[in-house]
Amino acid sequence: MIYTEDLTKHFDDFVAVDGVNLNVSAGEVMVLLGPNGSGKTTTVRMLTSILIPTRGRAEVAGYDVIKHPDKVRASVGVLTEHHGLYNRMNAQEYLMFYGRLYNFEPKEMVSRIDQLLERFELADVRFKRLGEYSKGMRQKLSLIRALLHNPPVLLLDEPTSALDPENARLVRNALHTLRDGNRAILLCTHNLAEAEELADKVAIIRRGHIIFNDTLPNLKFQLLGPKEYEARLANKTDSKMPALPAGVVITSRGENWLRFRIQDAEHTNPHLIQTMLDCQLEVVSFNEVPQSLEEAYLAVNNRVAEQEKASLA
Amino acid sequence: MLNKLQPALLIAQREIRDQFRDWRIVFPILGLTVFFPFLMNFTAGQILGFVQKYGANIIGERLVPFLLMVVGFFPISVSLVIALETFVGEKERGSIEPLLNTPLKDWQLYLGKLLSATVYPLLSSYLGMGFYLTGLYINHIPLPEASVLILVVVLTTVQALVMVTGAVVVSSQATSVRAANLLASFIIIPIALLIQAESVVMFWGTYESLWWAVFGLSVLGILLARVGLVHFQREELLGREIDVLNVRWMWRVYRRGFTRDEKSFWTWWRNLFPDTFREMKRSILVVTAIMVVAILLGVWETHNYFVVLGQSGLQGMNSQLNSLVKIWPIFSIVPVIAIWWQNIRALLLAFILGTFSFGVLGVMPVMATMFAAGYFFGLLTGNGLPVLGYLAFILPHGIIEIPAAILATAAVVQVGAVLATPIPGKTFGEVWINALAGWSRVMLGIVIPMLLIGACIEAWITPRIALLFFR
Repeated sequence: MIYTEDLTKHFDDFVAVDGVNLNVSAGEVMVLLGPNGSGKTTTVRMLTSILIPTRGRAEVAGYDVIKHPDKVRASVGVLTEHHGLYNRMNAQEYLMFYGRLYNFEPKEMVSRIDQLLERFELADVRFKRLGEYSKGMRQKLSLIRALLHNPPVLLLDEPTSALDPENARLVRNALHTLRDGNRAILLCTHNLAEAEELADKVAIIRRGHIIFNDTLPNLKFQLLGPKEYEARLANKTDSKMPALPAGVVITSRGENWLRFRIQDAEHTNPHLIQTMLDCQLEVVSFNEVPQSLEEAYLAVNNRVAEQEKASLA
Repeated sequence: MLNKLQPALLIAQREIRDQFRDWRIVFPILGLTVFFPFLMNFTAGQILGFVQKYGANIIGERLVPFLLMVVGFFPISVSLVIALETFVGEKERGSIEPLLNTPLKDWQLYLGKLLSATVYPLLSSYLGMGFYLTGLYINHIPLPEASVLILVVVLTTVQALVMVTGAVVVSSQATSVRAANLLASFIIIPIALLIQAESVVMFWGTYESLWWAVFGLSVLGILLARVGLVHFQREELLGREIDVLNVRWMWRVYRRGFTRDEKSFWTWWRNLFPDTFREMKRSILVVTAIMVVAILLGVWETHNYFVVLGQSGLQGMNSQLNSLVKIWPIFSIVPVIAIWWQNIRALLLAFILGTFSFGVLGVMPVMATMFAAGYFFGLLTGNGLPVLGYLAFILPHGIIEIPAAILATAAVVQVGAVLATPIPGKTFGEVWINALAGWSRVMLGIVIPMLLIGACIEAWITPRIALLFFR
């Protein structure tokens, strides 16, 4: 649904995006992570045929962004960084205006607008001037605008940035539903918890380069190493430890807990637990230690920053 | 076709509705539409009463249509403010990007914006003129003739068109409303000068002449709309965030356009000729045709303004040529430099005129020269000078200078043509700098050297050949 190959954009001498390769299939959510000014917005603008790539190519919903810009735009729903609402209109007028631009039949348009306003809890304020909307309401209305024409591809820039936790949950749930509807979603966000919840794939962009692009589990594995497990014990850990199975390393320990890094958890964990039980260690719990996306993100950024520093030196 | 126009009308409809909801636009327009015409009625009544006391009725007669023009112009001046912020204002408010993300075609968006900036002020202008005329009728002040009324309405309409199309071009190219407002002086000043000129014509009472202004403004409006449309790029609207005068970039674009990446002067110069003729083929043909027409018009004018030159006049020419031969000896430099600089100056003037009129006024100097040449040809041959004698005055240096003038003028026309032609992926600034580079290539590589040779011939050889025909 979204495919880019060596996608590059120069503004005069400045290279905003350099050789970006992305692939998002239907039903997938790809989260594009990166610091401010890293090239996320430029990438999205190339995917909506607003910016013309300097090099490379991109296809969105099966259409080439250079050859078929109108078809690309008709197939994409975009939530932009700025809400861009017209303050003197009300929500109903605003959505009707965009619906007519997308060539909707009036009857179909009204029912679609009703449905979306209800879903995002804006039906009660549909006749209120947009200038009087709160930041969160504006954000939700912008999202409705992006969804109005039921596009197969969604490009969303910080969809929950201005929302309170309740509304952020509402939007995230909506995104889960939208993914199930076989849409390809590219999500730009700084909210790593949200990214972790929604992402099937993660691409990290830095200074226009994609420095990482893979599934979320692979990202964590490659950057944070094999998973860690923690065993909580009823007795103290200073008793003599048996020989551990191959591929298990103790990374840290406390008075009544142990942490292991395990290479092949599925095969090794049953052996490890059995070994501990054989040694009369009273295992109260045995859990996977969560590896956060934040750690992985910071790890990859630090690694690249060090490489850049070294190459400069 | 109506289906294709529908999105443009939608854009216009939304914006016009928005304008009606903005008291900062409604209030001044209402004031100009309702209050101002009454003020003008009062002024007209007072001045008419005053001038009639002294028997200067004609001033009063001319004042009534003049004030009608003023009443019509004031509301359309608001169109400039609306048009200036059509694109760049939405960009600053962040509402342009969602619009650019829709499947609207560029021309639909552009036309929608153009209509929205024109319709409201123009309607106010018509309404204001209506109020003014009603006031005249109620106060028993004689109304202008129907032809004058039509003229003023049409003139106001095309003025609005030019202002709006110009302002929309500015708005689509500027990166901030502030920059657009600063650039607006390029519209306000010429329009202010034009209004002054039109006022003078109105007081002279030669209303028919104003139809030429209508014609010229219509052409300019259409050209501006075309230029705006061909250079309208979604990328430009969102790709540039700040107005920075990047002299290094400008120089690089200019240098590339000028040198065309040729490695040596010789290869540059060798390729200059085929490149020039290939790229400027149409412009050269157009300028040549204009020159021929100008010569024929000049000859034709001798029928209207024929002057009989006596035998003494022709003999006087002999003595003048003799003295010219004496003061301009062969290889004297001063006359060569004087002739050379005079010709360069005329062609520079063509460039300046052409720059502000998309090449249209750039043909004026060469047209005027050829018209004069045609007129003198008709006059001298009409007075018995053999054709060959006249050609002896013109051809020796003209054989070099006329093609040089054609090339230089064609290069100016080319600048205008390039600006009005879509060049995908290039910004307005880039196209303009490239056009400038193309013009200076032709000037420095071909025209100026040709003019130097022509000046040498004109100073050293032409008077001597001409003298042979006057002995």
